[in-house]
Amino acid sequence: MVVEIGHFALILSLALALLLSVLPLYGATKNNLVLMNSARPLSWGMFVLLALSFSVLLWAFYTNDFTLKYVAANSNSQLPWYYRLTAVWGAHEGSLLLWVLIQAGWTVAVASFSRGMPQESVARVLAIMGLVTVGFLLFIIITSNPFLRTLPNFPVDGRDLNPLLQDPGLIIHPPMLYMGYVGFSVAFSFAIASLMTGRLDTAWARWSRPWTIAAWSFLTLGIALGSWWAYYELGWGGWWFWDPVENASFMPWLAGTALMHSLVVTEKRGTFKAWTVLLAISAFSLSLLGTFLVRSGILVSVHAFASDPARGMFILVFLVFVIGGSLLLFALKGNSIRVRGKFDLVSRENVLLANNVILIAALVVVLVGTLLPLVHKQIGLGSVSIGAPFFDLLFAWLMMPFAFLLGIGPLIRWKRDNLSSLYKPLITTAIGSALIAAIMVYALAEHFIFMAYIGWLMAIWIVMLHGYELHQRSTHRHTFWHGLKKIHHGHWAMMLGHIGLAVSIIGITMVQNYSIERDVRLAPGEHYQIEGYDFYFKGLRDKDGPNYDGYVADFDVTYDGAFINELQAEKRFYTTARSMMTEAAIDSGITRDLYIALGERLEDKRSWAIRIYYKPFVRWIWAGAILMALGGIIAISDKRYRFRNKIQHQVAS
Amino acid sequence: MNNKLLFIPLIIFVGLVTIFGTQLLKNQHGDDPTKLESVLIGKPVPEFRLEDLAEPGKLYDQAIFKGEPLLLNVWATWCPTCYAEHQYLNQLAGRGIKIVGMNYKDDRVKAIGWLTDLGNPYLISLFDGDGMLGLDLGVYGAPETFLIDANGVIRYRHVGDVNPRNWQQTLEPIYQSLVEEVKS
Repeated sequence: MVVEIGHFALILSLALALLLSVLPLYGATKNNLVLMNSARPLSWGMFVLLALSFSVLLWAFYTNDFTLKYVAANSNSQLPWYYRLTAVWGAHEGSLLLWVLIQAGWTVAVASFSRGMPQESVARVLAIMGLVTVGFLLFIIITSNPFLRTLPNFPVDGRDLNPLLQDPGLIIHPPMLYMGYVGFSVAFSFAIASLMTGRLDTAWARWSRPWTIAAWSFLTLGIALGSWWAYYELGWGGWWFWDPVENASFMPWLAGTALMHSLVVTEKRGTFKAWTVLLAISAFSLSLLGTFLVRSGILVSVHAFASDPARGMFILVFLVFVIGGSLLLFALKGNSIRVRGKFDLVSRENVLLANNVILIAALVVVLVGTLLPLVHKQIGLGSVSIGAPFFDLLFAWLMMPFAFLLGIGPLIRWKRDNLSSLYKPLITTAIGSALIAAIMVYALAEHFIFMAYIGWLMAIWIVMLHGYELHQRSTHRHTFWHGLKKIHHGHWAMMLGHIGLAVSIIGITMVQNYSIERDVRLAPGEHYQIEGYDFYFKGLRDKDGPNYDGYVADFDVTYDGAFINELQAEKRFYTTARSMMTEAAIDSGITRDLYIALGERLEDKRSWAIRIYYKPFVRWIWAGAILMALGGIIAISDKRYRFRNKIQHQVAS
Repeated sequence: MNNKLLFIPLIIFVGLVTIFGTQLLKNQHGDDPTKLESVLIGKPVPEFRLEDLAEPGKLYDQAIFKGEPLLLNVWATWCPTCYAEHQYLNQLAGRGIKIVGMNYKDDRVKAIGWLTDLGNPYLISLFDGDGMLGLDLGVYGAPETFLIDANGVIRYRHVGDVNPRNWQQTLEPIYQSLVEEVKS
C-alpha cells in the first residue's frame, strides 16, 4: 500500500512538472502575472511529491519489501540497514529517481533564491527546468520504474547489492555527482531563457555564476570521491582509469570549468556572450550525454548499468529534443546576442580565451578517445585501440601551456596590458620555480624523472605567481596585512581554486612517477621492507560480517624501529552475490600512503600473495580537489550574490 | 563573423546522434558493442614471438595454439573491466577450460603482481609489452577474448568482459563445438 503511494506521487509529480513547463512560459509570453507566479508553487509541489516518492522507496528498502522487483534485485535482508538505504541508488532505476529528486531540489532552490530577478525571467527559467524534469520522469515511468512489483510470486530474499558498492564512499559519491550534473541545468535554463527573449545582459551572467560555481564544486567533489573510492575499494591502488564512465563525468567538468571562467568575462566585460551561452548549453548537454553513454549499453565499461535498447532509444530521443532543440535555438538566436568586445592581444580576456581553448581541446580529447573506437568500427575501418596511455600522453602535453597561462592570467589586466612590467617577476619566477622544482625532485625522489620535474615546475610556477599577485594586490594601496583583509571573497576563491589545481598536479606527478608497487610472497612471521618501512606480517584471523565471510591479515608497520601503524588487510567473500572482495589496508599520510592488499593463499598453504604499495603524495590529488571545491563555496559566499542585496538593488532601481 | 558558424555545434551534435542512433539500431538487431567482427576470423593466428610474462627470455610462437581449442584472453592491469572478469576466468580455468593470457601494453611487474594477487587462470602468459601481437590481432582495447580452434585458426572474437551470461549464451557453445571438432 505504501509503495502505491510512492508510485502515485511519482506520477502526480509528472503532472505538476508538465504544468510547470507550460503555464509559466505561456504566462511570460502573454505577460500574465498569475501564470508566471504559478512557477514557484508548482516547483515546490513537484519537489515535495518526488521527495515523498523517494522516501517510499527508501522505506521499501529499509523494510526489505521484496515484492518490489527493484528491491529484490539490489538488496538483501542480511545487508546492514545503512547499505539497504544507499542501495536505493545502487542501480539504474533508483539512481534515476535520485537524479530527478535532485533536479527538483535545484528547481526549488532557484525558486527560493531568485527573488531579486524579474518575475518573467524566473518563470522562464523554472519552466525550462520543469521541462527537463518532465523528460526524466517520463523516462522513469515508461522504461525504468522502480515501483514495479514481483507479485504474485515474490522472492523470500533479495539478490544483494553489488559488494563493490557496499562502502561508505559510495553513499555520498553518486549524490554528489548528480548534484553537479543536474546543477548545470540551472545555468542551462538561464541560457535558454535568455536566448528565448534575445536579451542577454551582464545581469544574466551574474545570476548564472553562483549556480554554475555551486554545481561545479559538487561535481569536483563527486569526481574526487569516485577516484578515492576506486583507489581503496578496487584493491589495486589506481586513482583514475580513463574508463568511459569516468570520462562521462570528466567532460561536463571540463565544460563547466570553461563556463565558470567565460562567465567572468561576460559579467565583467560584457563580451564572449554567445560563447558563454554555448558553454552553458554544453555543460549540461554533456551531463545528459554521459547519462546516455552509461545507461544505453553503447559503450563497454565496468560501471555501465544493465542496458536495454529501449532505454537507450528513449534517452537518445530525449537528447535530440533537449540538446538538439537548444543548439537549434542557439544557431537561430545566437546572432542577436553576439557582441564584439575590444581588447588587445595581451589582456585578461585573451588569457581566459586561451584557458577556454585548452579546456575545450581537453574535452575534445576525452570525447574522441571515448567515442573513436565506436565510430572507427561503424565506418568499417575495423577496430582501434585506445587506452590510458593515449589520454595520459595528451593530457600531460595539454597541461603545460595550461599551467603556464594559469600562472600569468591573474596578473594581466582586462582589456589591455603591457607585458614589459611583467618581465621581471616572470623571469624571476621562472628561475625560482626551475630551481625549487629541481630541489623538490632531488629531495623527494631517488632518481630524476623528467616528467616529474615538469610536474613540480608547473605547480610551483602557479603557486609562486599567485603569491606574487596576492602581494601586488594587497600592497597596491595599503600595507600588506591591511590590504589582505580588503581582498574580496571572489579573489580568494580564485586563489584556492588555482592553488588546489597546483596541489593536485603535485599529487598526480608524484604518484605517476614514483609509486612503488611490490607483489610479495609472505608467510605469517615474515618481514618485508620498502622505502625504509618495515612490514611485519603478524598473522591471520577470521572476521565475518553480516553478509560476508572474511579474514584479516594483521601487519605491523615500523620505520627505523619506530612503530607507525597496525594495518589490517581484509578479504571478504559475499555469500549472496558470490563474489570475492579485497579491502585494502591503508596508512595514509601527507607525503605518502602505505597500502596493503591481501591476495591469494599460495600453494604451500602457509604463505600469501601480498601486494604492498608505497604511494607518494597520493592524498594531494584529492586535497587539491577539496581546495578547488572550497574555493567554489567561498566564491558563492561573496557579498555580491546575497539575494538580500539584490532586493535592495531592485528597490533602488 | 558568419552566422553559419553558429550552426557548427548543432551539426556536431547531429553527427553524434547519428553515430549513437546507428549503434542503438545495431544493438537492437542483435549486434552487441562487445562483439566486434575481426578480419582475422577464419584465419590462423598471426605469426609472433613473444616472451613469457614471468620469465623474460623464454619465447613462445604461434605453435602453442595447435593441438587443442583454446581461449586467448587479452588483458592489462590498467583495464578495470579485466579486473571485473578475472574471477570468472579463474572459475573457467578451474573447470578445465584452457586459457592463454596475453598481457597487453602493460607493466610487467604490475602484471605479475596482478596474477599472484588475483589468481592465475592462464595456461601460458604471453607478454606483449609494445602491443605488436595486439596490433596484428586488431585488438580494440582490453579485455578481449579470442576462441581459437585446435588448428590455430581464430574462430570467434569477443570484446569486453567474459561473464556468466555471455559465456553460457555465446562463448561456451562455440567452445564446445570446437572441442567436438577435435573428437570427430
